[in-house]
Amino acid sequence: MKVNGVVYPTPADPRRLLSDHLRHDLGLTGTHVGCEHGVCGCCTVLLDGAPVRSCLLLAVQAEGHEVTTIEGLASDAAPLHPVQQAFHECHGLQCGFCTPGFVLSVVGLLAQHPNPTPEQVDEGIAGNLCRCTGYASIRRAVHRAAELSQK
Amino acid sequence: MKPPPFEYRAPTTVEEACAVLASLEDAKVLAGGQSLVPLLNFRLARPAYIVDINRIAAIDRIYERDGGVAVQALARQAAVEDSEIVARVCPLLTAAVRLVAHRVIRNRGTLCGNLAHADPASELPAVLLALGGHVVARSIRGERVIEADRLFSGVMETALAPDELLVEAWFPASSQPFAVIEESRRHGDFALAGVVRAVDRLALFGVAPTPVLADPRDPARGLQPSGDLEATAEFRLHLVRVLTGKAFAA
Ligand SMILES: Cc1cc2nc3c(=O)[nH]c(=O)nc-3n(C[C@H](O)[C@H](O)[C@H](O)COP(=O)(O)OP(=O)(O)OC[C@H]3O[C@@H](n4cnc5c(N)ncnc54)[C@H](O)[C@@H]3O)c2cc1C
Ligand code: FES
Ligand code: FES
Repeated sequence: MKVNGVVYPTPADPRRLLSDHLRHDLGLTGTHVGCEHGVCGCCTVLLDGAPVRSCLLLAVQAEGHEVTTIEGLASDAAPLHPVQQAFHECHGLQCGFCTPGFVLSVVGLLAQHPNPTPEQVDEGIAGNLCRCTGYASIRRAVHRAAELSQK
Repeated sequence: MKPPPFEYRAPTTVEEACAVLASLEDAKVLAGGQSLVPLLNFRLARPAYIVDINRIAAIDRIYERDGGVAVQALARQAAVEDSEIVARVCPLLTAAVRLVAHRVIRNRGTLCGNLAHADPASELPAVLLALGGHVVARSIRGERVIEADRLFSGVMETALAPDELLVEAWFPASSQPFAVIEESRRHGDFALAGVVRAVDRLALFGVAPTPVLADPRDPARGLQPSGDLEATAEFRLHLVRVLTGKAFAA
């Protein structure tokens, strides 16, 4: 499987979750793990460009596919991806535990709706839980990310 | 967390998948994994074998057939949500699938897996029942059609045999007026109770071990929903009456 553009061997044990494989085998600890049953959204990564829960995917299932984690999101030319930049500017994070999952979900949201309405923003981030921000600054960050992405 | 040990099989054709399922004791099909993997992670399910169907090519089509829309085994819920065919032929299904979980879950979860899982609080089994659709099951014995009113047999139980693969679900075209309305604690959560209206037919979900058809004039008659931390039985009955009223007001 390819992770952030680098080819890695697939783990031998089929019960290795993709989230654990990324964190423990590849050392990519930017992918966070909260609930391990799909509810919190912290573990969201891109699989062939679309956001999915890495805690609900067996690592063997990613063989032949491309995984993008928060570590691989920004291009080489810019230190931050526009969605990361927007979270930074709008204080879309406090402790940061939920942030990688939000950022990758928002990448998917903006691919679906490049100019999201407030309802589409709420809908798009409803699958991610944040215990700190109260979501207001995250909503602002999503709208800002849409602006930055169009530039 | 770690799923319990299992042996992993990833057949690449439907025929191979059916042969593998027929040859194994205690095997579970893995489609989107959005219900099965949580059960594995919590060790509520401990199958000896996982038969991953995601390597099977060309079983993700959504197409028109017999005046309705057919959705194959690997069509993701997000693809159903975005499908122009579904929006045109069966807009009730488009509306219902948007209520299933969140987009990121729907990117992976399949419609057929949702039906096979048969969660009593799930929207899509009730849509299949309200519209009078069916599923097509395949095994080494051949193919058979299971009508919606025969498919759901209990809480997370269906008429599918352990070695049968659900290859396709078929939904008749939905005519106006239709509605799918539910009440849940948080957006994207499973419903406390919900109703599906297809013209004059009414199906309820979240209030019985399976989705059930009900009389729109007296929708709560004979129901004995369970009560839990989220909602008492009385509250669920109340919701059934209120939501049915809303669905038939249009
Ligand atoms: C956070 C969260 C919220 C959710 N909210 C909702 C909700 O509001 N409403 C709702 O309806 N669902 C909800 N779900 C469940 C989701 O819709 C699942 O995707 C769906 O129930 C199962 O589909 P799957 O493809 O992921 O199947 P899997 O998880 O792969 O399989 C589920 C079961 O079906 C069997 N199975 C799957 N495909 C087949 C097949 N083709 N033939 C035979 N057997 C098969 C499997 O063996 C397993 O027993 C939620 C899930 C999560 C994680
Ligand atoms: S850890 Fe995957 S959704 Fe919570
Ligand atoms: S910033 Fe702390 S959980 Fe979201």
